Amino acid sequence: MKELWILFYTFAKVGVMTFGGGYAMLPILQREVVERKGWATDEELTDYFAIGQCTPGVIAVNTATFIGQKRRGILGGIVATLGVVFPSLIIIIALAGVIDAFSHLTWVQHAFAGIRVCVCVLIFNAVLKLWKSAVKDGWALAIFLCALAGSLLLDVSPVIFVVLSAVAGIAIQIWGGKKA
Amino acid sequence: MIYLQLFYEFFKTGLFAVGGGMATLPFLYDMADRTDWFTRAELANMVAVSEATPGPIGVNMATYVGYLSGGIPGAVVATLGLVTPSIIVILLVAAFLKSFRDNRYVNAAFYGLRPASTAMVAAAGVTVVAVALLNEGATGLAMVNWKAVALAAVLLVLTRWCKWTKKLHPIAFILASGVVGALLQF
Repeated sequence: MKELWILFYTFAKVGVMTFGGGYAMLPILQREVVERKGWATDEELTDYFAIGQCTPGVIAVNTATFIGQKRRGILGGIVATLGVVFPSLIIIIALAGVIDAFSHLTWVQHAFAGIRVCVCVLIFNAVLKLWKSAVKDGWALAIFLCALAGSLLLDVSPVIFVVLSAVAGIAIQIWGGKKA
Repeated sequence: MIYLQLFYEFFKTGLFAVGGGMATLPFLYDMADRTDWFTRAELANMVAVSEATPGPIGVNMATYVGYLSGGIPGAVVATLGLVTPSIIVILLVAAFLKSFRDNRYVNAAFYGLRPASTAMVAAAGVTVVAVALLNEGATGLAMVNWKAVALAAVLLVLTRWCKWTKKLHPIAFILASGVVGALLQF
């Protein structure tokens, strides 16, 4: 019971200290999980991160589930995950109420119009970062262009592109005999 | 049953969004189009709030959307929906850790998934550009919000090329953009 509480508390702390998620979380996990608690080695953490990235879901959540599972089995995985999302729940609910109360003010609307411009630039930067690890050859570029055109022009669920691109990847690399 | 629907939508997002927080964006745009929970413009605000507050961005967006559409229980249900597939998938993968990483079918599938995921985030970005940089209902040159385009150009230089500012946390740029927007009346 005590260790479950420590898992929850440690990952709640990681949740509070993570801004933006993904790789921003790695140094914090290194300090809390590897150096302070000794729950995993640096190599294991890198492995969890790599797997967290190539399994569905939010990377921070996947990594928390992994480490929790390693410590205390299935229950540990669940508790660590609840810990990492707990601060988000509290903070966002508090903030959403505040934003709701002030959103009718003109200057707040102007401020959000400015912030949306910043969001464009942040998404653009995120795409460039994803691009570097995703688009490495002609086939990958072709998949990128098809998925981009499809998302912009067709009115279908993103699930379809996820399934089709996974099949395309297998077709190109395994049935097409292209070396991975 | 809004809670059941929220759980289902975010379960789907958690199951199919590959590559971390921003990869949930295309699913959220899809939700904005199909439900009356929030609009595309509200979604852009949510991205900013999620980036500027502690916590993984994907989780923050789920909490925010859940709160807007179903209050506090909605926030809890949406967040649980998002993380449930992760818990299931990771617990399964943890059992076959080595063979999963080395499996050539898994690697080949991700070879195809990564560029598609990047493209879907890019497409979501195009939507944000339309909301943030263009004036709705205008035509010709009046369609472009020049103040916004100028701010975007400055931010691009500051976040990518200027070596004193590019290491700054995104929250700094979000706050500065909010101040500029309020002062110059965007």
